[in-house]
Amino acid sequence: MTAVRSRRERSKQLIDEYLLSEHQLAQMYYYMLLARRLNERMLALNRQGRAPFVIAGAGQEAAQVGAAMALKKGTDYVAPYYRDLGVNLVLGMDAREAMLNLLAKRDDPNSYGRQMPAHWGHRERRVVTQSSVVTTQFLHAAGIALAAKMRKDPIVVLASCGEGSTSRGDFHEALNFAAIHRLPVIFFVENNGYAISERTDKEMPLEHVADRARGYGMQSAVVDGLDAIATYQTVAPAVAQARNGGGPFLIEAKCYRLWPHSSDDDDTRYRTKKELQEWARKDPLKQFRQRVEDDHIFPPSELDEIEGRVEEEVRDAVEWAMQQPDPAPEDALGFVYKEL
Amino acid sequence: MATVTMPQLGESVTEGTIIQWLKQPGDPVALDDPLCEIETEKVTAELPSPFEGTMGEIFVPQGETVPVGAALCAVVEAGASGTPAAVGAADAGAIATDTCPADVTPSAGRWSGGPMAIPPEERELPKVGANGHGEQRAGGTAASVARSSATSRASHQPDNRARFYSPAVMRLAREHTIDLAHIHGTGVGGRVTRKDVESFVASGAPTSIAEPAPADAAIAEVAAHAHAAAPATLTPTGEFETVELSATRKKIAENLRRSNLEAPQAWTMVEADVSGMVALRSREKERFQREEGVELTLLPYFTAAVCETLREFPMLNARWEGEELRQYRDLNISVAVATEHGLVTPVVHQAGDLSVQGLAKRIGDLVQRAHIRKLRVEDIEGGTFTVNNTGSFGSIASKPIVNYPQVAIVTMERAVKRPVVRDDDSIAVRWMMNVCLSFDHRAMDGLQAGNFLAALKARIEGMG
Amino acid sequence: MAETTVIEAVRSTLDEEMAGDDAVFIIGEDVEAGGVFRATEGLAQKYPGRVIDSPLAESSIIGVSIGAAHYGMKPVAEIQFADFIHAGFDQLCSEASRWSYRTRGDAWLPMVVRTPWGGGVHGGQHHSQSIEAYYAHMPGIKVVAPSFPADYRSLLKASIADPNPVLFLEHKRTYRLVKQDLAAAQGETQLGRSRITRKGEDLTIFAYGLMLHESLAAADTLASEGTECTVVDLLTLSPLDTETVLEAAKMTGKVLIVHEDNLTGGFGGELAALIAEHAFEYLDAPIRRVAAPDIPAMPFHHAMESFFMPDRTKIAAAARDLAAY
Repeated sequence: MTAVRSRRERSKQLIDEYLLSEHQLAQMYYYMLLARRLNERMLALNRQGRAPFVIAGAGQEAAQVGAAMALKKGTDYVAPYYRDLGVNLVLGMDAREAMLNLLAKRDDPNSYGRQMPAHWGHRERRVVTQSSVVTTQFLHAAGIALAAKMRKDPIVVLASCGEGSTSRGDFHEALNFAAIHRLPVIFFVENNGYAISERTDKEMPLEHVADRARGYGMQSAVVDGLDAIATYQTVAPAVAQARNGGGPFLIEAKCYRLWPHSSDDDDTRYRTKKELQEWARKDPLKQFRQRVEDDHIFPPSELDEIEGRVEEEVRDAVEWAMQQPDPAPEDALGFVYKEL
Repeated sequence: MATVTMPQLGESVTEGTIIQWLKQPGDPVALDDPLCEIETEKVTAELPSPFEGTMGEIFVPQGETVPVGAALCAVVEAGASGTPAAVGAADAGAIATDTCPADVTPSAGRWSGGPMAIPPEERELPKVGANGHGEQRAGGTAASVARSSATSRASHQPDNRARFYSPAVMRLAREHTIDLAHIHGTGVGGRVTRKDVESFVASGAPTSIAEPAPADAAIAEVAAHAHAAAPATLTPTGEFETVELSATRKKIAENLRRSNLEAPQAWTMVEADVSGMVALRSREKERFQREEGVELTLLPYFTAAVCETLREFPMLNARWEGEELRQYRDLNISVAVATEHGLVTPVVHQAGDLSVQGLAKRIGDLVQRAHIRKLRVEDIEGGTFTVNNTGSFGSIASKPIVNYPQVAIVTMERAVKRPVVRDDDSIAVRWMMNVCLSFDHRAMDGLQAGNFLAALKARIEGMG
Repeated sequence: MAETTVIEAVRSTLDEEMAGDDAVFIIGEDVEAGGVFRATEGLAQKYPGRVIDSPLAESSIIGVSIGAAHYGMKPVAEIQFADFIHAGFDQLCSEASRWSYRTRGDAWLPMVVRTPWGGGVHGGQHHSQSIEAYYAHMPGIKVVAPSFPADYRSLLKASIADPNPVLFLEHKRTYRLVKQDLAAAQGETQLGRSRITRKGEDLTIFAYGLMLHESLAAADTLASEGTECTVVDLLTLSPLDTETVLEAAKMTGKVLIVHEDNLTGGFGGELAALIAEHAFEYLDAPIRRVAAPDIPAMPFHHAMESFFMPDRTKIAAAARDLAAY
């Protein structure tokens, strides 16, 4: 147990230890908690018949927030996948927008009701629009990085996916391409143990997704994706290296999908309550809370304050979003082609 | 008071069972508080309260199974706040207790599940036949052979091509107020084509059938037989059959009526000794058949003589163009052909440049095509003088009607053996043929007509 | 005057476009060495770093182009043979064609995919296919298929300038076969406009690619027989110039649609339906198509290849029938 120090000393110590300031650590918890509470509320709305489809990232918040916080907001590009609510919140999405997106409202900037929920996309935040087809975004990430390199723009692209996506051809083509051209891409795989009902042994003959990097001559890392700080500490240096021309990385964050694949999935068909209970005990939110308490990062009252704030934000977001206009039928028309 | 209904939990779920009520009437209920535990065939879940307030009446006891949409319990709301509860409540209130929401279209504001969830009323898909749309190709080879032809084929040809009018033709007829029966069709099977209609319009033909003028009626009466002569009030009784007039028949009728109406016509005849021409033809016949594959008749000889004579008497080689009478240099000889569809007069253009053989071939081709209705527009246009081989029916004298807008028409009657008195008063058997001429008296007098015929006779008699 | 071939028109246009805008770059297989058809000859040397050899992976070529275009570059991707584009169908159908739509125009892709298509080169099953039907069917992608060098030039420029994904189809048989004096010719400058190349009042022929040239040859033959054909060079298949198509169909009322693609489901069906619906009262004959039989395109042996492919003789025969109808 370290003795209590002055605030300034405390901050410096935190940064030394975690590469993160007290404020950043508080933000980390805030984003993770906000992602979870939003997802919980979304599922409740779905169970009440008020939201069509929920595909959540419960259990992966630490991996997502830890990685996203290593990026330069507004500069670096992100090609996320549908579970990455945490990533989007870090980059600037607020609770209201998350709800607009869930309800496919007319003014949702991600896709204006034209795609299913959790299909992210935002111009200013540099979030690349993605479809339901997994892994295609990995090639897009490589293309963005290639273009940035041609333009000599020092950006990094974070492309994330689940471990199931790594079976698809585009994954291999993207890693191959990025490695050949030494592109500044962080291929971030959130290995949550399941691709719907299929465990990882059905997706690959390897234990670690990261082992695939050797086939592409690429640097890689495996990190505990339930530990936001560890994830940050792994991704941040990789981002810095990539930005300086160090080439692409494959980073695998081990985590666990606490909820079923989506609101349409019944996971009791393929996993046991016992397994779920085991992993629930390792809930990343719990872990972070524990870490804060154990290492006296900041007082528990601050965590409570964050909890209260998040609850209020979520309640407000649902109320507000429900009142926002739905797309009109004719809003289906337009923008098939872009006209400048 | 708000009603909480059974939600749809999971794909293809139609009903749920209440396992346990977690709130009792009178309990305070906060938003999202679990009200009960529901079990479905897919999943078991708690139902978070959509409303805030106090727990009201429970409608479905533990252990009971109800369909999706059924009312489960009431929640007495705390005050009339503009909470999201209002949205759900409005829908809930409208729902009948024992059925799913009748209107689950997206615009109704109620979601029934994600992409893999099937809304209850859509679960029964209409049965499609085993082959359904693919029926035609199910046979594999047969169908694919049929479709392997490189071009698509028109699948249906109406039987009566002359009566078949395409959309383009119908539209033009409508625009120009034309009776299509007047138009000669040059398409396959005699179909009236767009171009036929356009040429018809361009030639300034009458655009509609006018009411018969009194003059027409008079001529019709004179030209007709018994019926017309009778008083108008007395119509014949008894069985009759309406004779349906073909488009060609109607057109012929129109042309002839016009000819009769406009041109005062006179008629004259000569007889010619064609023994020489007959002999000449006999000598040439076999070789011609062998070399050209065409049967040689007297007509090409006659026509050649006509052409030479017209050169001498050009005023017979003329056409009316409105009020203007145009004498043409080209000898475009219309040859009357009687087909089963009616009379047509295809034209041998520049006939004066052709030899007898040439005329024979050209006439033969036109006649053949006339019979199978393969004449083109240019084949029937531009004639300046008409020759009619009436002799082929056995006629020895006939009064042809001038082929409007030409000014003269000549017939070649049948050549027959007759005893004739020679100059030296001896009697001989000779081939004799009458040649008749009708002419438009506006364009010429009997003198010119008579002289033409005399010259023609001399030429014919000089053959062989 | 010097005549330019199709392939030289493509190459010189790429050269000009790259000189004029440094956002334009080329990516594809073997492009650095000049390309298997020499479409990019000399460009890698002239524009270092902007002509990029891709690994043998069509999904990559398209997917990377999407990313680069999203970032603001103007990739001109080359798929070595249209027959190989199928591996990139997912990227084109699931991603490129929907990019602007699913963001309501917040994002867009100024990218061109060039690819040699068509047969008559003894290319067999996988170097001869027509692919336009798949992509003309896809909202969000533009499909261009010129026939003359001047149009290849002007439409390639227009495609590169267009902020949408454009599939630019180059008929490989015409690469060196078709020449034109570019100084004298005026190419079409706008996507979505077709051209009436020849006017005649007896029937109307619609065609594109190699078949346009075959149709013009057939029209010459028919002219010597007294039948005059209108011939329309479609130029862009999607978006279609419905105005010109209907105008040309109405001119004669007899329509003959010619394409090298298989008959069933080929683009000709779309044209036929359009004309039947909107020019019905101007039709003077059933709408006819001359296309390849429904056999996997296309057999290798030259006798079978000739059997498979439409040509001026087959077109002329169909045109004669139609004229006589």
